[in-house]
Amino acid sequence: MFDYGYFSFDSKEALLQKAAEYWNPGKVSFWQEAGTPMVIDRREGYFLYDMSGKRLIDLHLNGGTYNFGHRHPELVEVLKSGLDYFDMGNHWFPSVARAAFAEKLVKTAPHMKYAIFGAGGAEAVEIAIKTARYATKRKRIVSIIKGYHGHSGLAVATGDERFTKIFLADRPEEFAQVPFNDVDALERELKKGDVAAFIIETIPATYGFPMPHDGYLKACQDLCHAYGAKFISDEVQTGLMRTGVMWGWQGYGLTPDIFVCGKGLGGGLYPISACLVTEECGQWQVEDGAAHISTAGGSELGCLMGHHVIEMLQRPEVISNIDFVANFFAQSLAEMMARHSDIFVGVRQRGVVLGLEFDHPEGAVAVSRALYENGVWAIFSSLDKRVLQFKPGVLKDVELCQEIVDRFDASMPRARQLLKTMKRAA
Amino acid sequence: MGNAALLNVPDRDLSSARMAVNRAAWASKYYRTFDRDAVLRIAGAVAKAGYEKAPHYAEWAVRETGYGVVEHKTVKNRLCTHDLLDYYHDLDLVSARIDEERNIVELPKPAGVIFALAPVTNPVATVYYKAMLAILSRNAIVLCPHPAAKECSADAARHLAAAAEAAGAPSGLIQCVENPSVPLVEDIMSSDRINVIMATGGNAMVRAAYSSGNPAIGVGPGNAVAFVDPSANVDRAAKCLVESKSFDNSILCTNESICLTLEENFGNVERALRTAGAHICNETDTDRLRDYLWADKGFNVEAIGKSAAWIADKAGIRVNPATKILVPVVRRPGQDDLLFREKLCPVLTLTAAVDFEQAVTFARHASKRGAGHSAAFHGEDRDRLVAFSQAVPVYRVVVNAPCSQGAAGFATYLPPSFMIGTGYAGRSSVGENVGPQHLVHWTKIAFERDSYADLEGIDLSTVSQPRAVPAPSVTAAQTPSPSATPSVDRNELRRLILEELKGLKGDAQ
Repeated sequence: MFDYGYFSFDSKEALLQKAAEYWNPGKVSFWQEAGTPMVIDRREGYFLYDMSGKRLIDLHLNGGTYNFGHRHPELVEVLKSGLDYFDMGNHWFPSVARAAFAEKLVKTAPHMKYAIFGAGGAEAVEIAIKTARYATKRKRIVSIIKGYHGHSGLAVATGDERFTKIFLADRPEEFAQVPFNDVDALERELKKGDVAAFIIETIPATYGFPMPHDGYLKACQDLCHAYGAKFISDEVQTGLMRTGVMWGWQGYGLTPDIFVCGKGLGGGLYPISACLVTEECGQWQVEDGAAHISTAGGSELGCLMGHHVIEMLQRPEVISNIDFVANFFAQSLAEMMARHSDIFVGVRQRGVVLGLEFDHPEGAVAVSRALYENGVWAIFSSLDKRVLQFKPGVLKDVELCQEIVDRFDASMPRARQLLKTMKRAA
Repeated sequence: MGNAALLNVPDRDLSSARMAVNRAAWASKYYRTFDRDAVLRIAGAVAKAGYEKAPHYAEWAVRETGYGVVEHKTVKNRLCTHDLLDYYHDLDLVSARIDEERNIVELPKPAGVIFALAPVTNPVATVYYKAMLAILSRNAIVLCPHPAAKECSADAARHLAAAAEAAGAPSGLIQCVENPSVPLVEDIMSSDRINVIMATGGNAMVRAAYSSGNPAIGVGPGNAVAFVDPSANVDRAAKCLVESKSFDNSILCTNESICLTLEENFGNVERALRTAGAHICNETDTDRLRDYLWADKGFNVEAIGKSAAWIADKAGIRVNPATKILVPVVRRPGQDDLLFREKLCPVLTLTAAVDFEQAVTFARHASKRGAGHSAAFHGEDRDRLVAFSQAVPVYRVVVNAPCSQGAAGFATYLPPSFMIGTGYAGRSSVGENVGPQHLVHWTKIAFERDSYADLEGIDLSTVSQPRAVPAPSVTAAQTPSPSATPSVDRNELRRLILEELKGLKGDAQ
């Protein structure tokens, strides 16, 4: 019996039945079939507990949402304290939390002028695209093939057809896609003279974190500027110190005209996202400040959380820990790759953003399942299932990191077995 | 708008301290595999750095705490650098040991993360000392200074950490809590992320360390009795006593509290002490001194670590300005006189017993206030020395030498130490001067008793590595700088300070 006071379920099976009946049958059955039938019950630190009681180390972190772990005590304290004073606030009016948080964010990126808030990453992308269109008076947006920027109107149109076609949300006349790491392809689009912006994740997450070639991103940014287009950096997964610097673009010597962030910005406790813009791009806020509004965007509780998240990420102890975690996995995964070279063929890494490559088109699906059975939850990349997203949090300690590697090692025979079955089936 | 913030802000210092412990665990992971050359190189670099800045931090500590003498604190700081390293240089806690005769191979396993408290009385010397012990034993250390000495302590720790890192130590090996508080200390002490506590400080703090649930090495207060036997060269004994009692204004827990002799020898001791620079108090002076030092309920904390002349002035006693120590006289060695309690200031109570047996009985009782600590014996009568040492519940008896320096390993061959193990008599887990060997345990590989085991053939080269594992490249791992506003409740902080000072009254290190 799972009695939560407000609702109760007799068993995990009963819950799954209800979830399929009233919520989302596709998602329910998908995870059942994938062999990772998780229903998260308790959560604490970097641990998740399935309704069965099974403990899982969270290496998914919802793309960095749980950068500090689940329900980090300090962040919980901040939110509770905020609830004694604030609520979402009134989005029409200036507010203390919004002003303070906007200043804090802009100070992390001195060439930016304004921070414009949303409730989720997609909303921030909407703002970014609208801002670029305003600033250039052009309409076309270029993104990369297998890029991903969210699921709302303009954001989803930048992405993979899997997410657009089903909703008739693709807009080929306004949105073009070019291959990743292909500067010439981008230039061919830009040359047409009607491109408002090129949007790209600094390291494309859903595509399995392929690393940009040396100089690629800078060349893209320079080309945009040469052709009068804006360069938008999507930092939803690469921001917030996950690549070793506050924003991924800082590590590549870029100065994007617009960048967006979300996920971990609210500490995993209260949704908030932001779009930062230069003075030139942000002129619409002077011309008509209410041209974009959002009731849930920039809620004051979210701003309070974001303010504290940034402060925590700037602490030298946190920065040092990220360094330790990144170095640890660089070394230990290289060792793992040597031990399991028959299936584990590559590591893509920048800071605590890692993609592990397996030698099978759906290799990461098998490895994800094998890890799950061994108490680790890491998700495959939706748009490249060879690659497992491996995303440690910024506060992971030495014992937990070692445990992850030990469990990884223990999972490899099972992964090998699953892959053999998949090959036979194929 | 009032002064108080409208929202509660989480305790930033506590959060930082927890993260410091995490960082230390990372550092420990790498450092525990370093080989002997690397360890000695780092220890040498830290000793050198500490030695060079010993006077700087001595001056800072006196300025910040108001206790002690710069020149003597310099000596103490220096003792914990090259002297300490020399002493332990040949104690190998890094390499595997092979015992052919007993068919046993031993592998050293460092504790991991040390949480170390440093007292207000010896702040920098303790930081130096505990950091050196951590390095020699391949442990990481998070130091927690007394709030009244936090600035010099934290700066000294940063200085040593920088030297260690420059010599190849992992980042985070030596860290210091910037803003200590009672809740912070309680939280970290009871955390399952630390491996051992080294507690030096007030009695309450030491007891709390032992109650934390974590392994702890804590040491208790002293109250050293110095017995001057008629067989002693009395002038030499008096010189030792005055030198010891005036050293750092008597702020070491190893300082003599009581000078005990026999009636027959009383006049000689009195004269010799006077010649050596002591002011012998008459009955009125003795009363004034007692009244001043135990003004209200306990020991007057303002007298701690002050000079003899300063205390005399406050107590209303006229003394020669060159006076080095004050000697109140209690003719009968009764148990209850307040002047027989510990005094962390240059005040040495003189008393005399009718015979040796009575002297031993008195010393046995007086030492209970500093049980397990130290005592001194001046004289040539070896039988009496043994009888005295056997009877008194202490673990060090310093012979014909100043006790302050002798028990702490300056003037004797005892290990240089600022943790004087008070053992079972003093409710401690260690009865000797604490050293790096107390921070390492050994895995023993034991072969069958009567069979031949080819121990020479065992490859132990993997046990430690020249520079082990890449010390992280460090993105921006500076040591945290002090945060401007302590978010700890001021009352709580005051309580901590008072508690600590209360500990100093009669029973602290």
